[in-house]
Amino acid sequence: MTRKRLRLYAVLSGLAMLGIATALVLSALSDNLVFFHSPSDVVENSVEAGQRIRLGGLVEEGSVARSDGTVLFAITDMKTTIPVRFAGIVPDLFREGQGVVADGQLDGKGNFIASEVLAKHDEKYMPPEVADALKRAGHWKEGEGPEGASYK
Amino acid sequence: MIAELGHFALILSLCVAVAQSTLPLAGAARNHAGLMTLGSAAAIAQFFLVAISFAALTHAFVVSDFSLKVVASNSHSLKPMIYKISGVWGNHEGSMLLWVLILALFGGLIAGFGRNLPPPLRARVLAVQAMIAVGFLLFLLLTSNPFERLYPPPANGNDLNPLLQDPGLALHPPILYVGYVGFSIAFSFAVAALIEGRVDAAWARWVRPWTLLAWSFLTGGIALGSWWAYYELGWGGFWYWDPVENASFMPWLVGTALLHSAIVVERRDALKTWTILLAILTFSLSLIGTFLVRSGVLTSVHAFAVDPDRGVFILLLLIIAIGGSLALYAWRAPTLKGGGLFAPISREGALLLNNLLLTTAAATVFIGTLYPLLLEAVGGGKVSVGPPFFNATFIPLMVPLVAALAVGPLLAWKRGDIMGALSRLKVAGAVTAVALVLCAALAWGRPILGTIAMGFAVWLAAGVVTEIAERIRLGRIPLRQSLARAGGLPRSAWGMALAHIGIAGIIAGAAGATVWKEEIIHVMQPNETMEIGGYTLTYDGVQDSRGPNYLTRKGLFSVSKDGEPVTKMYAERRRYLVGGQQTTEAAIYSTLAGDLYAVVGDNDGQGGQTVNVYYKPLVPWMWIGSTLMVLGGFVSLSDRRLRIGAPSRKRRKPAAAQPVPAE
Repeated sequence: MTRKRLRLYAVLSGLAMLGIATALVLSALSDNLVFFHSPSDVVENSVEAGQRIRLGGLVEEGSVARSDGTVLFAITDMKTTIPVRFAGIVPDLFREGQGVVADGQLDGKGNFIASEVLAKHDEKYMPPEVADALKRAGHWKEGEGPEGASYK
Repeated sequence: MIAELGHFALILSLCVAVAQSTLPLAGAARNHAGLMTLGSAAAIAQFFLVAISFAALTHAFVVSDFSLKVVASNSHSLKPMIYKISGVWGNHEGSMLLWVLILALFGGLIAGFGRNLPPPLRARVLAVQAMIAVGFLLFLLLTSNPFERLYPPPANGNDLNPLLQDPGLALHPPILYVGYVGFSIAFSFAVAALIEGRVDAAWARWVRPWTLLAWSFLTGGIALGSWWAYYELGWGGFWYWDPVENASFMPWLVGTALLHSAIVVERRDALKTWTILLAILTFSLSLIGTFLVRSGVLTSVHAFAVDPDRGVFILLLLIIAIGGSLALYAWRAPTLKGGGLFAPISREGALLLNNLLLTTAAATVFIGTLYPLLLEAVGGGKVSVGPPFFNATFIPLMVPLVAALAVGPLLAWKRGDIMGALSRLKVAGAVTAVALVLCAALAWGRPILGTIAMGFAVWLAAGVVTEIAERIRLGRIPLRQSLARAGGLPRSAWGMALAHIGIAGIIAGAAGATVWKEEIIHVMQPNETMEIGGYTLTYDGVQDSRGPNYLTRKGLFSVSKDGEPVTKMYAERRRYLVGGQQTTEAAIYSTLAGDLYAVVGDNDGQGGQTVNVYYKPLVPWMWIGSTLMVLGGFVSLSDRRLRIGAPSRKRRKPAAAQPVPAE
């Protein structure tokens, strides 16, 4: 085993690994990328039913109802409102008038079936400018979207 | 007054750090002994100054001095003492101060325990360490001063986020930081070696214990965070591939690779430039992690207050540190001389495979974590990359790693015999086959993926046992002699075995908890029962009570199995009095076979309560496995071979002369 040959092997195996990683990443990205939409986006861009998306906005005041383990509420951006169904326990910070992101799909009848509901962790930790904008306009400012919400 | 003292000490430590980052470097270049020793004195002074500053801030939290802005916004006089103290790092400013404190502590440790280091190397390492400190002290003082006063002081504080008021989380940040920041030493050593243009076995012997120390703490910190997420957040999971989790996981992956490649440098004098690169990358990823969670790019429980200036500042620091060190690497690395040769099938080859797989895995996690940020930055829309992406990329890379992990330690250095190694693993293979059959029978009708994962876990554990059995020649020589050999094995061998067995535990636990979990969501009326995981769960209604700073509603459950009562447990919904936030406390009944996990939600207004119950098989194995990994790290650290340069009291006593390893 010469030094040259050793280097060749190392470089080749490194490249092979890189190739595998690229293939894995590309295939995983094409299948598992979830786009974020506001209710208005959903209507304007006519998102297809069954496509997994994240829907973000405010929980509409007075919209929350419960029936046998399912939570019904509506997500609004003050322009468009979409009713949401979620079977499960909503996070602690889920509240009417608060920002929320739901992960799921449209059912084709205008309802959004959420498989997960993520609420902001704590109002206190929202960026101050967003909180201000929210208070001024009564509007959850789009632009603090999906990665803003988190379980943690 | 005490706060001003703390502020002053912090400014002073910046001055000391500036001196420490320049003068010893000049001393090393000109071979000036005085300037070189200055580095050690400065490192110790810097540590004491930052410690004074930290103590001043802790004092302010303990006495609830609400004239300090951080105390007023993150503490409350009603809070239990432990959370007043953990509140020191439960906010942005304090946590950065803790970061700098640990950085200075490591600098001080090198100065204190590094007396047997060659003076130029020590001077350079301390100078690099101080450069990092300068950056972060400037960051603290300019953008996040923890000693900022508030006038007029409020009568009481805003309280700490209740989710953070938990014993597990009180410890999580300091432990995680020791890990994160501990990699700064490997980084400083790498940069110092590049400046010197020399890397040898002695260098690796120096770097390894520090890396091992940092790695053990990082492992513990991540495990603690995951455990907290499991029992506190009430969503029944333990890992969400959340960007902040990934931020700590990426340095862990590359740090694990570094830990293994440093062995090759130490033993065989090979893979030197690669190890240097890994040391730089590991700490760079720690810095990127700090940036991700502290800059406000991501909002989460970890991103405290958000201020765009801070993000820009950290980004700048990141560019200087990572760009500078990589540029230095590109310039100097080609001058490092290559070392020992080895065949592809050999211990070195196996460790290289480990390195390639771990770094590739880190790269995929990196892409998944940053892709949404990049896409948004170029206007490509808002996307999220969730657990499915990571499962689809990370797990396929871990499969060969775990499969090879059982074989690697059986290969000889330089030129290994793969057939010989496999034939020694015959018993392990047979055990795995039996376990697979048993598992398939027990978990009939459940996802086959779980059985496959168990097979890997058993294969790995059996491989580790085989390796130890081979070393002590178990069954080939009398048992007594085997035991004597076992006692004579180096601690590092036991450490490795523990850590590798720990991985087997984590695989089993993670697979059981995700693939085999059972879940029921149901609105339960009092005295209603449900069956899950072989248990019968009876809902006994709710009970309201009061904690020190919260009100709580408990959902009570009686658990029985085969008609025999097993335990009673309760899940809570807490409402904190000061901020009005609500938190969920899960009810968990844990056995080695699995966890019964219940969370209560809202009531339906007719006496019923939404209840979410999970049965998660084998979860405790994950925590046992993580503990074994950390333990393995520490056992390995106590190996005599690594004492050179590792913190050790014995070496410093002249009476107890320790045999100094050759080299």
